[in-house]
Amino acid sequence: MNPQAQSFTPQSEGAGLGVSFKNPGRSPAKKNASWRKKDNYWGYLFLGPQTIGLAIFTLIPFVMMVGLSFSSWDGLGPISWVGLTNFKSQLHDPLLWRSITNTLTIGFITAPVGLLIALVLAVAIQQLRLRTLYLLMFFAPIVTNTIAVATIWQQILRKDSLLNTRVSHLFGFSPPDWLFNPHLALIAVCIVIIWGSLGLNVVIFLAGLESISPSVIEAARIDGAGPVQIFTKIRIPLLSPVIFFSIIVAVISSMQTFDVVYVLTSNGGPQDSTRTLVYHIYDLGFVRNDFGGSSAAALILLVLSLFLTLTQFAFQKRFVHYDS
Amino acid sequence: MVFPFIWMMLGSFKTLKQLLVAPLSFWPHPWILSNYPDSWNALPFGRAYFNSIYICLLVVGGSLITCSMAAYGFSRFNIRGQKPLFILFLSTQMVPKQVLLIPFYFLMSKFGWVDSHLSLIIPAIMTNPFAVFLLRQFILSLPPELEEAALIDGASRWRIFRSVVLPNIRPGLGAVSIIIALDTWNSFLFPLILLNDQNKFTVPLLLATFKGQFGQENFALVMAASAISTIPMLIAFVIGQRKIVASLASSGLAGR
Repeated sequence: MNPQAQSFTPQSEGAGLGVSFKNPGRSPAKKNASWRKKDNYWGYLFLGPQTIGLAIFTLIPFVMMVGLSFSSWDGLGPISWVGLTNFKSQLHDPLLWRSITNTLTIGFITAPVGLLIALVLAVAIQQLRLRTLYLLMFFAPIVTNTIAVATIWQQILRKDSLLNTRVSHLFGFSPPDWLFNPHLALIAVCIVIIWGSLGLNVVIFLAGLESISPSVIEAARIDGAGPVQIFTKIRIPLLSPVIFFSIIVAVISSMQTFDVVYVLTSNGGPQDSTRTLVYHIYDLGFVRNDFGGSSAAALILLVLSLFLTLTQFAFQKRFVHYDS
Repeated sequence: MVFPFIWMMLGSFKTLKQLLVAPLSFWPHPWILSNYPDSWNALPFGRAYFNSIYICLLVVGGSLITCSMAAYGFSRFNIRGQKPLFILFLSTQMVPKQVLLIPFYFLMSKFGWVDSHLSLIIPAIMTNPFAVFLLRQFILSLPPELEEAALIDGASRWRIFRSVVLPNIRPGLGAVSIIIALDTWNSFLFPLILLNDQNKFTVPLLLATFKGQFGQENFALVMAASAISTIPMLIAFVIGQRKIVASLASSGLAGR
């Protein structure tokens, strides 16, 4: 895709801004200043709607959230300033810690496992030239909305379901009760999330693989590289920007897990073993009417997401190869 | 990969007994069709479809206009404060929107938009930094000479935007439409907190409600309802598969 486009790093973004377009060189100098002034109004006009939207629907709620996190409010009565109380009570709440570890576990399982499966499938599809077949197969998870996905899997993962009993018999153990065993439910959530995101990841990786010029591969082959070397030394490095981007997306979206644990494991159960941070925020706010505590938890989610994203950007320099 | 999907489709033709009582079989026996009309009629699915489709169309159409405008603004102007503004846009992309769940709800209730589709449409149209970023990449890859020629001929910025820039970033607009449509169609948490009236529900929200109401007594109906919520998207995807795959891929390759 567009080769001039820059990488997805905030640092390198600044460079692109200079690309603003020079005003027509041939117009006389005195006309120039007024043209530029008038032209700036056009700039404000173009940037206006999204900027106003950002201010009203993102920045104002953001300030409200920070304010609420230092306040006590049940949604109806007066709002009172309570300082750090919400944070203190959140940090002493085992439910918050449960939600954090669950959310991180989901991220640390689904991102690497899901992306690895997707990568292997994408390479296989590319090598075997199975495009048409794969298209049909991978559409299923992309088009199925998460609620339907969770609903179907709730049936499939039932203790006495056809697949569960057959597979367990095959390996000679009794069928596990995925959704009601607190030790297994989180794994069940991960399986469902991986299935739900597999289609999109395969599509993205396949496009990335196909954008690698065949001549590069050919050159390596002539130099005596075997298939394994071509994969690890050429395909993977050339694909690394795409892999990096997908890891970021996968981690961010795992931090936002809600739909699956709302439906599949019925409100983060059993015994809160699949309670995620977003579910925790929802539960505190809209079920228990503790909007202060909920906002404090939201701020904690924000800090955690930023930390994870920025850490990944820090690692990016070492592992990601951008061709210039 | 397709097994769960096929399982849903087959399950939607089974009776409840076939789904729950051993011996369980893969194929429905006999095939029954009544789950479909029964679930369709139990809750206002037709209405939910109408809601989801019209919300999707408005959000996609509106976002295309505002996001491509902003993308053009960021790539072809040099006004004061533009650079920090762009960095602000980029950094909000790192904020999961669920973080703002509570204050967003109260802001919407201040606007009187709770239990109104406006709360799902207007904010979605007015804020989409990812789409702005993606479209900006497409505009930056256009040769500026195209626009300079039009500018020298005396065309206004709006005219250039509409007749030179937009037609040249059509693949980008296509990609953005598909991503926004999928996101809007699948959105669950925000409709869940913002809508109360069942007649205003979107498809995923109505499906979750349906599952809550009938999940215990008749799961076969829930399978049919899930299929109902999926089939139209599947048809749309099969029809537009080439373009859609290319678009989804380009969104993931934006990092290149």
